[in-house]
Amino acid sequence: MSGRRQPLDPHLVERLWRTPAPKPAYDVVVVGAGGHGLSTAYYLAKNHGITNVAVLERGWLGGGNMGRNTTVVRSNYLWDQSAAIYEFSLKLWESLEDELDFDVLLSQRGVVALAHSTHDVREIKRRVSANHANGIDAEWLEPAELKRFVPIINISPEVRYPVLGGSLQRRGGIARHDHVAWGYAHAADRMGVDIIQNCEVTDFLRDGDRITGVQTTRGPIAAGNVALAAAGHTSTLADRLGIRLPIQSHPLQALVSELIEPFLDTVIMSNTVHVYVSQADKGELVMGAGIDAFNSYAQRGSFLIIERMLAAAIELFPIFSQVRVLRTWAGIVDVCPDASPIIGPLPLGNLYVNTGWGTGGFKATPASGWVYAHTIATGQPHELNAPFQLDRFRSGALVDEHGAAGVAH
Amino acid sequence: MSGWRLAHGGLIDRSRPVFFTFDGRRLAGFSGDTVASALLANGVDVVARSIKLGRPRGIVAAGTEEPNALIAVEPGLALRRATEVELVDGLAVRSVSGRAPAPAIDETPSEHVWHHADVVVVGAGAAGLTAAQDAVAAGGRVVLLEGGHAAGPLPDGLVDAADFVFLPRTVAVGRFDSNMIVAHERRRGTPGANTAARDRLWHIRARDVVLATGAVERPLVFADNDRPGIMLAGSVGVYLQRYGVAAGRRAVVFTANDSAYVVARDLQAAGVDVVAIVDTRVRPGPTADAGGIEVLSGHVVAGTTGDEGLASVLIVPRDGDADRASPTVVEADLLAVSGGWDPALRLLAHTGARLRYQPSAGTYGVTEVPPRVRITGLAADVNGGVGAFSTLDPVWLVPAPDGSLDRHFVDLQRDATAADIRRAVDAGMRSPEHVKRFTTIGTGNDQGRTSGTNELGVLAALLGTTLEQLGPTTFRTPLVPIPMRVLGGPYRGELFDPVRTTPIHGSHVAAGALFENVGQWKRAWAYPREGESFDDAVLRECRAVREGVGIMDVSTLGKIDVQGPDAGAFVDRVYTNRFSTLKVGSSRYGLMLRADGMVFDDGTATRLADDHFHLTTTTGGAAAVLDWLEEWLQTEWPDLRVRLTSVTDEWAGVAIAGPKSRELLARLAPNLDVSAEAFPFMTVRNEYLSELPARIFRISFSGELSYEVYVKSWYGRALWDAIAAAGADLDVTPYGTEAMHVLRAEKGYVIVGQETDGTVTAADLGLDWMLSKRKWFIGLGALDRPHLTRPDRRQLVGLLPDDPDLHVPEGSALLPSGGLGTAGNVTSSYRSAALGRTFALGLLAGGRARIGSRVDAQVAGWRVPLDIVEPVLWDPQNERRDG
Amino acid sequence: MLLISCPWCGPREEIEFRNGGEAGVAAPEPDAEPTTDEISGFLFFRSNPKGSFHERWNHSHGCRRWVSLTRSTITHEIESESQPTGRFRP
Repeated sequence: MSGRRQPLDPHLVERLWRTPAPKPAYDVVVVGAGGHGLSTAYYLAKNHGITNVAVLERGWLGGGNMGRNTTVVRSNYLWDQSAAIYEFSLKLWESLEDELDFDVLLSQRGVVALAHSTHDVREIKRRVSANHANGIDAEWLEPAELKRFVPIINISPEVRYPVLGGSLQRRGGIARHDHVAWGYAHAADRMGVDIIQNCEVTDFLRDGDRITGVQTTRGPIAAGNVALAAAGHTSTLADRLGIRLPIQSHPLQALVSELIEPFLDTVIMSNTVHVYVSQADKGELVMGAGIDAFNSYAQRGSFLIIERMLAAAIELFPIFSQVRVLRTWAGIVDVCPDASPIIGPLPLGNLYVNTGWGTGGFKATPASGWVYAHTIATGQPHELNAPFQLDRFRSGALVDEHGAAGVAH
Repeated sequence: MSGWRLAHGGLIDRSRPVFFTFDGRRLAGFSGDTVASALLANGVDVVARSIKLGRPRGIVAAGTEEPNALIAVEPGLALRRATEVELVDGLAVRSVSGRAPAPAIDETPSEHVWHHADVVVVGAGAAGLTAAQDAVAAGGRVVLLEGGHAAGPLPDGLVDAADFVFLPRTVAVGRFDSNMIVAHERRRGTPGANTAARDRLWHIRARDVVLATGAVERPLVFADNDRPGIMLAGSVGVYLQRYGVAAGRRAVVFTANDSAYVVARDLQAAGVDVVAIVDTRVRPGPTADAGGIEVLSGHVVAGTTGDEGLASVLIVPRDGDADRASPTVVEADLLAVSGGWDPALRLLAHTGARLRYQPSAGTYGVTEVPPRVRITGLAADVNGGVGAFSTLDPVWLVPAPDGSLDRHFVDLQRDATAADIRRAVDAGMRSPEHVKRFTTIGTGNDQGRTSGTNELGVLAALLGTTLEQLGPTTFRTPLVPIPMRVLGGPYRGELFDPVRTTPIHGSHVAAGALFENVGQWKRAWAYPREGESFDDAVLRECRAVREGVGIMDVSTLGKIDVQGPDAGAFVDRVYTNRFSTLKVGSSRYGLMLRADGMVFDDGTATRLADDHFHLTTTTGGAAAVLDWLEEWLQTEWPDLRVRLTSVTDEWAGVAIAGPKSRELLARLAPNLDVSAEAFPFMTVRNEYLSELPARIFRISFSGELSYEVYVKSWYGRALWDAIAAAGADLDVTPYGTEAMHVLRAEKGYVIVGQETDGTVTAADLGLDWMLSKRKWFIGLGALDRPHLTRPDRRQLVGLLPDDPDLHVPEGSALLPSGGLGTAGNVTSSYRSAALGRTFALGLLAGGRARIGSRVDAQVAGWRVPLDIVEPVLWDPQNERRDG
Repeated sequence: MLLISCPWCGPREEIEFRNGGEAGVAAPEPDAEPTTDEISGFLFFRSNPKGSFHERWNHSHGCRRWVSLTRSTITHEIESESQPTGRFRP
């Protein structure tokens, strides 16, 4: 599944990207060189032949949520609209190493979601069945089957919220986030896309109701189309245009442990007790916690959330008890009221937005770029992102992945 | 290397020898040693193999910055550093090469402590002790934290100080918003420590924080700088002074600042042959007193030789390529290095302070200290570039004669070199964060304490830029690794989340009930008899309610008492239907919507007086409903004169349901006229029931004649037992939540959270008749949004499989006639005793118009056809509720 | 790990509170007939500033009253006195 090619082999390093100076004008300026911005630029070039593209990044490419997430890849979402775009994404993941000619270390080790109450059981079974109806692989496992699949899990009925079963998506798994960013950057750069780091967009250039470019810390840049892909900063940019978006920015925390010999070869998540965990190939446990309730751009949350999450994690996995937490951190997630994204045009000409992915952004990276590039190139949403337009907050046609079955992350 | 114990000196107790094993070798040390000092004293040079290259590695440092000497402590194999594990008799440790074995399970809970202080001093070195003394003298509560174990005795002023807490072996692992210090106290080995709490996690809210955290010495980056015997100079000094251990017999000191000179003199004084001090500077600083040792100023160590340990050091002039070919070769088994010092200010970075390169100090530091924080002692001196610890003109990279960089180690724990940094640069990377991720430098369990600044120095050298242009990578909580057990604390089992049981719980246990978790509650799920299956028990319980009489504990229902002159107006606003016209003594079923018009909760409201309503909520929704009502009342309608009180726990309730329930109630309450005319449906009576003062509601969630009897909670079990005794000859049958679910589903009654998921409207459930057209209610304004009035919304229907024995699993998708996707889902599915068959409820796109036709359910990969029927399958004319 | 001041109880740990999002967003008045745009604005659209944010907290594990305050979303520093909500409009 991985390791087919090693462009990062110490003895075979090729240049991954250039460090170009910004040109005065581009056909498309993508704001934000995270996973979504980079994949958008790549598919603009690859699928639509639009290569006169700049990706502007205020810091370093892949340095926002792309470099801070817990790298889970899966497509077992509840609603048809979500299932369609995430399953398309998973299919792109499955061929991404060939597509990019870059090792993204995709490991389809399975993703398990645990049920701890009769309510959880009903909702997770609902999701499994809906997944089948959408052509997505999904299985329900009874506790004993779970124990065989994940031997370190505690299925004792004595714990506060015992494990009553869980769903398994075998095609789910993890990938290496940095490699994904670098792979898309490398592939886009090869096709002529300028990735311009340390270049912050501070304002927009307008001609009446049309956007004609951006003002940056490195001067004005004209653009045929401007596409926002700046999770954690979208509201600030939209405020410049007087556009209010239905998103709120919150900290989302995660942690890694020290390196341990391998004992967990799948991804486990529990929405009820707010734990998700996998073990990376180097040996560290990678764990995610719940979102902090308050708004913040500080990239830190409350430590109590970490403490609480670990109490729950030890209950599920007693073997974690002595494993040591090495590092905690937080990303800033933009969350929509229905926990689904917005990908489409804004009510100003030549301006597009891709935001509101909440906790789901990493796994959507390939599909998000694909459909966003389509939208920018054609001026029309792709059928997969048509349900994810801003107008749904007026019409009420939400895609509510908040519900109990809409397991976050 | 051949470390050895001096004949005297150090803070160890030479009268108390201690024996331990290292990788099975039995070794001796003294009380007061760490594993690291004892290993050095025993001449152990190689303590681990490196993680990727398998190179021999030795002890480098004396504190938490140690990158190499990781050990697993038997028997649990907890991962630690040799430099921080105190020697105790019988200690057994194993060396670890980068990746730890999976540790054993240790579920000993830690204690979590919450504390408030006026001043928290971090670090009990000389500066920290002074700061603590000053703070105590100024009055107020003072806490002094010391991460190490061998702090000296407390000064007189502190020993007896009131409101002073000294916590040795306690590392401040994070500083959070508003001066919250989180610290990990290791209590194993503390005299008098309660073994039940080996660890404590302190959360200390401090008015002021004083950082007396010292500084971390930097290694120098040169070829083969990773051999055992190459140590930080300051640490060599610590081993000498604190443990009476000389780390070698023949030493070279290699430094870029004055601080190592004193180490050189101390080594010489202790009897170590110090061959030379190699100083990168042409002109050493004013405090550089070599004490007669030869100083090679303007020179560098360009390489080393050795097999397992260090054998010799290659010295060349710093500038002058011509001499590279013929370095001076000096035999030595110890090379004490000092590339400079970094102030230990990571606690500041945890809350967002940015460290920047300070050329005047030769390190990353802060120029502005956050409010209510003070830096003192060595940390302040290094940060400000004061005295011997300032490193002007630091040397980041000593070139090798052959130009190679692949044995210039930058991060010893990650086995990463200057060559790795060069490869990152060649790949196009310019940001330190990219280089960190590409090389993994700084990602080890020391979080790059000895490698982070050098990484940036090497990167700047390779890019031809200055360190001012390169910010440090971010420092993260925790400062040192902490076991998950300690962070998780005692919050396990019932302390993870409280368990709520009703006053009647004991009777359910005695009756052999199975329980399910509903929120925090344990609810009786079913009462299977000996040898009876769960499904059979549920069928029996349902039959009892339909044919005889059953009783159920309904104490968990949320109950909210609403009182005040505006109670009627308030209740009108929060329910969709009207209550202000309800007569005193009557009840009505009510529906609450969220502001977006989706169904939020349901229950009954009963008017007990003109200004007094009693609301019930779902069991799981009780807290959320109270929160919701309070929010509207406080933030939107403060003008309404209403008070809300949760009375959920005040009342215990028993439902008495079934055709024989009237007879049973009459026996229990002989003074009550129980006739249908005198006590009609949806009314309430206050009456003594078996001598217990009770509120009796005539309501039904099963469709049968039914009562709900409430008493003050302390009478709950007496009530239950009295009903059971009085009804014994009627075969009164306890029934659980599962039977309740079946009975209500047969009647087409929805359960919020089962038939609804936050996307379902009242109209979807066929409850649009409950939406008052004559008054405003929460959610009303959202109901005519375009998507909420579409005819193809998912609507509640009944579903019947052809095979009356086939149970369609709850959650099963309802399928469109073709293609991918779903048209709805099965929300409830049961075997029904009354119907003699299985049945289901579901939400189906445009379902109401499809009644009479068919739909397929997705069951384990098969399409199972179902008849679409009305959702009310039992007694649609409500003929049974009056008995 | 905020330290939030409750006007009635004094400074208390964040863990005692429940965040209520932006302050000063009035719900439609009872009997008002908001347009779809107005109701959508109330339901879904809130300001999300990078900097000073006027927000609400409920002292849910204390006196259960609602308070509002201004906090920086960049530094988490609380920049204003806590105000009781409801005595005035939210």
